[in-house]
Amino acid sequence: MSVLAETFAAARADNRAALIAYLPAGFPSPVDCVPVLAAMVENGVDAVEIGLPYSDPLMDGPVIQSAVEGSLRAGTRVADVMKTVAGVAGTGAPTLVMSYWNPIERYGVDRFATELAGAGGVGVITPDLTPEESQEWTRATDEQGIDRVFLVAPSSTDARLAKVAGACNGFVYAASTMGVTGARTSLSSGARGLVERVRGVTNLPVCVGVGVSNAAQASEVASYADGVIVGSAFVKALAEADSPAQGAAAAAKLAADLAAGVRAGRRHA
Amino acid sequence: MPSDDPVVDQASRPPMTHGPDAAGRFGVYGGRFVPEALMAALDELDIAYRAAICDPTFTQEFDHLQRTYTGRPNPVTDATRLSEHAGGARILLKREDLNHTGSHKINNVLGQALLTKRMGKTRVIAETGAGQHGVATATAAALMGLECVVYMGAEDTRRQALNVARMELLGATVVPVDAGSQTLKDAINEAMRDWVTNVDSTHYLLGTVAGPAPFPEMVRHFHAVIGTEAKEQTLELAGRLPDVVAACVGGGSNAIGIFHAFRDDADVALYGFEAGGDGIESGRHAAKLSVGSSGVLHGARSYLLQDEEGQTIESHSISAGLDYPSVGPEHAWLRDSGRANYESVTDAEAMDAFALLCRTEGIIPAIESAHAVAGAIRVGKRLGPAGLILVNLSGRGDKDVATAAKWFGLVTDDEQKQGSS
Repeated sequence: MSVLAETFAAARADNRAALIAYLPAGFPSPVDCVPVLAAMVENGVDAVEIGLPYSDPLMDGPVIQSAVEGSLRAGTRVADVMKTVAGVAGTGAPTLVMSYWNPIERYGVDRFATELAGAGGVGVITPDLTPEESQEWTRATDEQGIDRVFLVAPSSTDARLAKVAGACNGFVYAASTMGVTGARTSLSSGARGLVERVRGVTNLPVCVGVGVSNAAQASEVASYADGVIVGSAFVKALAEADSPAQGAAAAAKLAADLAAGVRAGRRHA
Repeated sequence: MPSDDPVVDQASRPPMTHGPDAAGRFGVYGGRFVPEALMAALDELDIAYRAAICDPTFTQEFDHLQRTYTGRPNPVTDATRLSEHAGGARILLKREDLNHTGSHKINNVLGQALLTKRMGKTRVIAETGAGQHGVATATAAALMGLECVVYMGAEDTRRQALNVARMELLGATVVPVDAGSQTLKDAINEAMRDWVTNVDSTHYLLGTVAGPAPFPEMVRHFHAVIGTEAKEQTLELAGRLPDVVAACVGGGSNAIGIFHAFRDDADVALYGFEAGGDGIESGRHAAKLSVGSSGVLHGARSYLLQDEEGQTIESHSISAGLDYPSVGPEHAWLRDSGRANYESVTDAEAMDAFALLCRTEGIIPAIESAHAVAGAIRVGKRLGPAGLILVNLSGRGDKDVATAAKWFGLVTDDEQKQGSS
């Protein structure tokens, strides 16, 4: 069983959804990124996505755009992303990379997959890569035993859901709503329906992201999904902090709140 | 619940030799690299487009608008005095500058706006660099009663303030984009974000032959009239096909529009001129086909200005319309196959050609198009008096008068500030 599969199995045994957190590498600063993520894991985050900062993040809203621009200005490179993965994987939490396609293609798909496996990474989420364009990537990740996670959306037809889920391993990433990353005051009712449709075409865990920002929303999503993915809310908590220490404390507290949320969700279901 | 994947009629696709294939690829270029959320909309667009261009109701309405609204066919002008400065080669200008709204952009915009109505959508969004595509989109939206939002880099809204005013007069909302380099690339990112969010009501009226399939093929189709007309007009004027067809290349739509009719004419050389900015060696340019490399940006694989880790490198050009770090995938394919040649033209060379065309022919070109004129002069000197060069004069220079006045020292910075306040 893969590390990621073990994480979902353990959460299921605990009668709850898994909590997955996202931060861009190099954020809130190159030195603080790993310690902050470690504190989040300590406070209940089950798995981590490290964002690879990219100049043209067209699936991201203003909060993550701004964090990524800052990280790029601080000089974050692919090597730093790999080091961050190694650091976070050292906490024992399964660690994935979230990356737009061009940086991976440019780095070299085999080189990227090999270095990620070497750093202890378990998977890669690619928000702008569709199965149709992923032959090379499929081969490279299979060779390295890296999980491939593609996204599905409320607009995906049933035929596409089957195709995308069939190309995934690890889990399927369901975008809760049509739109870019960032907190929403209320979650789209479409997310539950999407998860149900995905379950009709795959046995893989289904995780919901985009727009989940607080414990109540995490609890709601946890009542029907296998995992709850939170990104912008962590980034915002860190970006608004007055000091690195305060930021780390705020992120840890948010992790604890969300972890309580995913536990509350399943008990009510 | 959305229905299952529609089946696209393979028979309705153009011959493979002109691309793209069924996956929207021109060789290894093109394709679709987009968030899954947009895949359904791209499939819907693909089907609507293929049905529309086979439907006489659609094609007749499009042709009618081209004639009675755009002012097609526009002429081909013999640039006899300019030719003296181009080694004596005969230069013919395809006058897209005479179209309504002042450039070739209106061709594609009318086609896509008609398609938007046909799909039952009520809102269009667009990106714009120089403002020409934004103005054309705002125009078509006003004509057809569609809501219109145009994303424009904040830097470009300052460079092209006159076009911002034109769009607003036409009823469009112009949203300045502060992210990144604040130019065309960032405007496209923001338009894509809007589209992902509002895809049910909104069509993304992309302004060039770039982006995910079917945009490169569809935009080519709506601009192909440029080459079809120009070929006939050249035969009429000169009694033969041109030796060279020249166009400027930013995203590449005016170039594809004039190249397409000549693709199978092996004796006609195709030349694209991209923005050399301060010169290739300065690093400040937009010459992706000359010195870029293969990569993925804005939904398609093509040539790209990028660093060794795939981060986009900002482009530079005096011409906002050419200031884009990537290019339509068909140009990448034409480049690799050798069917078309691509060279760069610096800001200074383009402005020299700009001045020359003003003084010799009484035509003030868009600075974008001045790159094509500069390229034609260069090629004309190689060909000599026997040469025949067809240049796509893609736009007029009204929007560029302030930039040109500053470049040639006709106004001081202070006067310019007073004029625009």
